[in-house]
Amino acid sequence: MTRKQRRLVLIGSALGVLAVAVALMLNAFRGSIAFFASPSDVVAKHIGPGTRIRLGGLVKTGSLVRTDGLRVSFEVTDGKSEIPVKYDGVLPDLFREGQGVVAEGTLDPSGSFDADTILAKHDATYMPKEVVEALKKSGHWKDEYEERASLPNPGVSK
Amino acid sequence: MIPELGHYALMLALGVALIQGTMPIVGARSNDPRLMNMAVPAALAQFALVAISFLALAECYVTSDFSVFNVYENSNTTMPLIYRLTSVWGNHEGSMMLWVSILVFFGALVAVFGTNLPTALKANALGVQAWIAAAFELFILTTSNPFLRIPSAPFEGRDLNPILQDPGLAFHPPMLYLGYVGFSITFSFAIAALLEGRIDAAWARWVRPWVLVAWMCLTLGIAGGSYWSYYELGWGGFWFWDPVENASLMPWLAGTALLHSAVVMEKREALKVWTVLLAILAFSLSLMGTFLVRSGVLTSVHAFATDPSRGIFILGILVVFIGGALSLFAWRAPLLKQGGLFAPISREGALVFNNLFLVTACATVLIGTLYPLALDALTKEKISVGPPFFDATFGPLFIPLTIAMPFGPLMGWKRGDLVGAAQRLLAAAVLAAVAMAAAFAAVRGGPVLAPFGVGIAVFVMAGAVTDIVERTMVLRLPPRASLSRAIGLPRSAWGTAFAHFGIGVTLLGIVSVTAWGSEHLAEVKQGGSIDIAKYRLTFDGILNRNGPNYQDLIGHFTVRRGTELIGTMEPSRRTFPDRSMATTEAALMSRGVSQLYLSIGDPNKDGSLPVRLYFKPYVLLIWLGALFMFFGGALSLSDRRLRIGAPRPAQARSAKPALQPAE
Repeated sequence: MTRKQRRLVLIGSALGVLAVAVALMLNAFRGSIAFFASPSDVVAKHIGPGTRIRLGGLVKTGSLVRTDGLRVSFEVTDGKSEIPVKYDGVLPDLFREGQGVVAEGTLDPSGSFDADTILAKHDATYMPKEVVEALKKSGHWKDEYEERASLPNPGVSK
Repeated sequence: MIPELGHYALMLALGVALIQGTMPIVGARSNDPRLMNMAVPAALAQFALVAISFLALAECYVTSDFSVFNVYENSNTTMPLIYRLTSVWGNHEGSMMLWVSILVFFGALVAVFGTNLPTALKANALGVQAWIAAAFELFILTTSNPFLRIPSAPFEGRDLNPILQDPGLAFHPPMLYLGYVGFSITFSFAIAALLEGRIDAAWARWVRPWVLVAWMCLTLGIAGGSYWSYYELGWGGFWFWDPVENASLMPWLAGTALLHSAVVMEKREALKVWTVLLAILAFSLSLMGTFLVRSGVLTSVHAFATDPSRGIFILGILVVFIGGALSLFAWRAPLLKQGGLFAPISREGALVFNNLFLVTACATVLIGTLYPLALDALTKEKISVGPPFFDATFGPLFIPLTIAMPFGPLMGWKRGDLVGAAQRLLAAAVLAAVAMAAAFAAVRGGPVLAPFGVGIAVFVMAGAVTDIVERTMVLRLPPRASLSRAIGLPRSAWGTAFAHFGIGVTLLGIVSVTAWGSEHLAEVKQGGSIDIAKYRLTFDGILNRNGPNYQDLIGHFTVRRGTELIGTMEPSRRTFPDRSMATTEAALMSRGVSQLYLSIGDPNKDGSLPVRLYFKPYVLLIWLGALFMFFGGALSLSDRRLRIGAPRPAQARSAKPALQPAE
């Protein structure tokens, strides 16, 4: 083989692998992406049952009901609209009424949301970014969510 | 006084870094040995100053000096000493201090151990290293100063985020940073080579130990982080394809590729330009990981309090260093001489195959990680790219890579014998087929792909053993002769075998947990029990226990197998009053390399307890494999040829110009 042929083999196989990778990615992008939606988005965009989404908002105060076994239901609100959510399983540590939550799953035909994953924030001062933006958009963002703002002001002593 | 001392030392370090970043490089250009030799004392002074600064911060934490804002925010007098120490880097400012400390530590190591490096290369490399240090020191001083004071000191601190109050914090971030930052050395060497416009096999030999060290630490750091999230987050996953995890996986993939391409360059002087590019990419991905994690564009457990100015600053660092390095590469790389020839079927060819797949896999992870960010920035549409994406792209790309892995070491340099290698791997292939059949028969049903995964894992492990068997001729020579061959084998050959074996072990763990792990969600009343995979857990009751800065609500469980009592498990809900938050402390029980995993929720009003119980078959193999990889790396690092150092072609060239062929 000449140098040129070897180089062609190398470039050819590199392009081949790249093509396979691109094909795999395009295929995966079709089936495995979940869009984020606030309850108002769900209402406004008429998201149909069966579409996988991430629903984010606040857990409505007083809406949490534990029925038999581990079945939990609660409502997610952004101040404008509310979506009932059903979930089977142990809720994460930081799941609380009145606080931010992101639920992943699908809507069922009756309009309630079947969550298979519940993500709650990791820290008492942290709210999922998508939820913050959704709340700001619907005009229900309150400054007390930002607990850190009330801390003493640091200054450099020289 | 102490915090001001630390603050001042850091400012001085910045000044020293600016000198270290200019004088030696100017010296290298004008061939002035006095200027070039400034690099070594400057690097040592830099290390001393940053160390003073870091120790000052640590001292503030140990003595609980709450007049320092950073200590007030992240520490508390009731925390045990070990957590007061580790909380130094359990926050944004402190973790950047750790980053810089490790960076200048590596710089000092190059200065101390690089005695056989050509002066110009060393001066340039340390100069580039100083620019990175200067950028991050400036970043800390202007946007993330850990030494800020509060005029009136509070009485008590706000405590560290409870999730971080764990021995994992002592291990995972330093290891990970040793890996991330370790790649800065290879980056600096690559830039130095481009500045000089000259590169040879000796360069690869100088760089290889640094790549190895960085790769070993990164391997352990990732594995440690994975085990930590496995037991701490309470849902028993070992890898979530979270963007932050991907940020550490990408440099690992690029670093693994670099490790292999540097071998080709060292032995055969081929793939020079490619190796330089990989060295730049590995550190660029490390920087990008730092940006993703530290800037707050991602929400995760790693994102501490965020501040937009920080994100923009790190983005600036990112653009300057990655953009600058790639521009320099585009400009200077054509000057580097092309390397030797080799046939596609050869050791070099196999390593190119390895590089091709590793880099492509790395690219898919990169796209999957950045795509949601790009889409959000461009269209305000928010999406999440979850595990299914990575399973469908990364997985298929990794399969050919692992199948090819045992072939590589069995092929000769320049021209390999694929048929011969296949014949020698026959035993391994048969073993893999048997394992596959056994897995198929043992579980009947379950995912169809899983037995194939087991087959590949066994093939990789048996292939690594085959390599050693072939090299020591243990089946053909008398034991004494093959033992002496085994001792005579280069350590790097043992290293390769161990690291490849480790990949197989990890793969086996991943496959069996994913395919045959079982999960059980239930609510148990006192005296009730749950069954999982031959084990029966009985809930005996709830206990309360107080720790130094938390209260535990413990569910006490007895584990039986048949009638035999095996032990007790005590998962708990841990409440931290200072932060008014709770964490789940899962209980783990190891049975061989499998584990029972139990976590509990808040008890219901009627006294029943929601529990999550998992059986994780062979789960420990995942992290055991990483230990094998680390050990393999360590063996390779102790190889004689790396210890005695590289030959010095630069001097040879000037001493005997007559022997140098015309280029």
